[in-house]
Amino acid sequence: MNGRKLWHFHGGLKLDGHKPISMQSTVEPLPIPPQLVIPLQQHIGAPAEPVVSVGDKVKKGQVIAEMQATVSAPVHAPTSGTVTAIEERSIPHPSGMSAACIVIDTDGKDEWLDDRKGHSQYHLLDPEELRILIRNAGIVGLGGAGFPSYLKLQPGAGKIVNTLILNGAECEPWITCDAMLMQNRARDIIDGLNIMRHAVHAGECLIGVEDNKPEAISALRDALSEDEKQYIDVVAIPTIYPTGGEKQLIKVLTGKEIPSHKLPIDIGVVCHNVGTAAAVADAVIRGIPLISRYVTVTGTAVAKPHNLHALFGTPMDFLLQQCEPQEDKLARLIMGGPMMGFEINDRQTPIIKTTNCLLTMQQQDITDDQPVQPCIRCGQCAEACPAQLLPQQLYWWSKAKDFDKVQDYNVFDCIECGCCALVCPSHIPLVQYYRFAKTEIWQQERDKQKSDRARERHEFRQYRMELKKKEDEERRRKKKELLKKTQGDKKEDDKKSAIEEAMARVAAKKEQQSAAPKNTEELTPAQQKQIAEADARRERINKDEPES
Amino acid sequence: MIKSSPHIHPHGNITRVMLNVCLALVPGIIAHIYFFGLGLIINMAIAIITALLTEAWILKLRKHPIQPSLLDGSALLTAMLIALTLPPMVPWWIPFIGTAFAMVFAKHLYGGLGQNPFNPAMVGFAVLLIAFPQEMTRWTSPAFNDASLLSFVELVRYSFSGVLPTGLSYDALTMATPLDTMKIQTSLGESVSAIQSTQKVMGEVAGFGWEWINLMFLVGGLYLIIRGIIGWQIPAAMLLGLFLISLITSLIAPDSYASPLFHLFGGATMLGAFFIATDPVTASTTPRGRLIYGFSIGLLIYIIRSWGGYPDAIAFAVLLMNMAVPTIDYYTQPRVFGHDGK
Repeated sequence: MNGRKLWHFHGGLKLDGHKPISMQSTVEPLPIPPQLVIPLQQHIGAPAEPVVSVGDKVKKGQVIAEMQATVSAPVHAPTSGTVTAIEERSIPHPSGMSAACIVIDTDGKDEWLDDRKGHSQYHLLDPEELRILIRNAGIVGLGGAGFPSYLKLQPGAGKIVNTLILNGAECEPWITCDAMLMQNRARDIIDGLNIMRHAVHAGECLIGVEDNKPEAISALRDALSEDEKQYIDVVAIPTIYPTGGEKQLIKVLTGKEIPSHKLPIDIGVVCHNVGTAAAVADAVIRGIPLISRYVTVTGTAVAKPHNLHALFGTPMDFLLQQCEPQEDKLARLIMGGPMMGFEINDRQTPIIKTTNCLLTMQQQDITDDQPVQPCIRCGQCAEACPAQLLPQQLYWWSKAKDFDKVQDYNVFDCIECGCCALVCPSHIPLVQYYRFAKTEIWQQERDKQKSDRARERHEFRQYRMELKKKEDEERRRKKKELLKKTQGDKKEDDKKSAIEEAMARVAAKKEQQSAAPKNTEELTPAQQKQIAEADARRERINKDEPES
Repeated sequence: MIKSSPHIHPHGNITRVMLNVCLALVPGIIAHIYFFGLGLIINMAIAIITALLTEAWILKLRKHPIQPSLLDGSALLTAMLIALTLPPMVPWWIPFIGTAFAMVFAKHLYGGLGQNPFNPAMVGFAVLLIAFPQEMTRWTSPAFNDASLLSFVELVRYSFSGVLPTGLSYDALTMATPLDTMKIQTSLGESVSAIQSTQKVMGEVAGFGWEWINLMFLVGGLYLIIRGIIGWQIPAAMLLGLFLISLITSLIAPDSYASPLFHLFGGATMLGAFFIATDPVTASTTPRGRLIYGFSIGLLIYIIRSWGGYPDAIAFAVLLMNMAVPTIDYYTQPRVFGHDGK
């Protein structure tokens, strides 16, 4: 029914979907909870900076925290109310950590900010204007990663977007929020896709949806106009986990592999989640920033699993209560799916932009605490790995903490999908080992950078000291030399003059000798006078005695 | 502590894998008993008890928890495989020494399950073959008729006392195996076709009884492949390697070299292909590596059978290729997603 050639990725698993149980009822808008706790970081990148203070009244859609960096996203007030605190609260994070949040006591009026502005004629807008609208609406990837969407709509100089892909695969078991969104808001998704297409000048658009969601596929196909059918293709793809991974989806739809450590744009592809597309339509056409989303509440410990339309900042417990939780059975609460989600210990943790699912599990569903047996190198992990890695080699080297080897075996191509750990007959928590190795390598890199900087500083200091020493030495040497030179000059002058004097003496002597009776020369006037007197006496005598 | 993803696991485990392999051995075991009598049962019982006791003892020495490792089924499987490689009539200390050596030296001295570079069962067999060649090459003749097999009691008595039933000698009880017969007779200048038509022990294609035992191991092996417990690569490549080289030599010199069928269904070929070469711990782990590993074992089996000094060659072929596994694995890493092909 596609008529489109599809490709395969290696490995992957066919998992029980458990999807229908949360798709029985329509998506309910959640009542406004008395208090919202809105984390400043609900995305990849730098946290937003609060622009409200405690005590401020805020209106729905008002910016309460601004982005301060390129990779960041602003945060908006999901409803009207009063800011009562800006402080650390527990946020959804695998480590269960706390981070800065803006706490809003809601007033129940749900009053919008006045100056909302939609652009139904979005095709008249410049792509850059669209990107600014999308950026200012705080839109990030709603598929789970939460990367600021406007950046992915900015192909960069010289990059051509051949294919714009919307990811509606939703391959994790249990989660159905995207499926419901595609059923309910197909037209908005198509509008968002058109806006994105305009923003990146894309040619062909593909919407990839797993074939276990026929209603979503037909809803999207029905929503397409004749004209749109020329360039938008809704593609049913085989239901194989993790086909919703960006790399896997692109491979299935286009046959192209994103080169390791590269981005989709490097092969002319841009990929967004269907939820992101709907958010883009809201933002551009209606001027509604990203303040809420569909969240699936499901699993075996809620009596009424279904999808809810929740405001960001709503405590998870508030959602659970709408679904009749079976407290005595609830053994684990997971944000996300069973394959890649993480456990939530504090049920007051708020819903954020990337919260797609709250999965409840009973003790009997939890099978990850079976005893770990030794690896028997059976290789089932390698067969399941969609990245074509050798998980057991990665395991050995991670365990041995040989992080060079771990990188030789391309640990950073691991997408942490969990397939290897799921098939491991020895129940080895493989993904944990890879996360450990990655974290250690990052830490080593940071330490190395730190030590590099320290070494540079140290070396510079050494250099400076050396330089100073040299300069000092040089100065000393020069001083010495100068001293030596001046003393030496004097001595030399003395010598010279002594020689000259001696030579003069010799010369004088020689002259005296050569002009023999010349002792009358150079006579003092006194001597001359004496001589003259003597001569006169002689003449007188001679005169007196001539006749005689 | 926060649990990390994935949060679900299948319910399978190593024990299930091992027990499935043991189960897949059963058709071959039945055929073996049908043709060679109940000696296998005695050997297997001794081997299993030895394996479990030795493993428990060494786990205790190593201060490891005994129960989980003991019950993982790996010791059981090793013991069963060793017993299957032994002649049906051997003294009790043959399976005892072979199994104990395998558990202590080939498995636990390297660190236990998953750490050993050499197939423990084959190490045990090789040690026995080299140390006790007489006991290890004295194969009882197959049951050309039911009366020729000894009773269970007679076998037990022989095993523990070494006393043959009155009126019987080794010469009366044992005979050369088909592989031996083929090797000796061809070296004496007999043609392959003459040997196969005149010698009763040669059976229809690959030896009386042996061809059926091999067929049953093939059935068990196919079960394991269908259940996804072993991959197809190693058995297929090994059988292909053995098939190709025997085809070539038998086409060139049909009088001196037996047909591919004789090699595929003779000796311990199918046991080796599906149950021994596929031991995941000691085999290559990459898809291409497994093909190379299996194919090389097939070639080595043929080379040792045809031109080597030992009657069958599974153990030595497997042990030799065990040594090559790290190198094979290193050079056959699959292309990682998003990386250029090598």
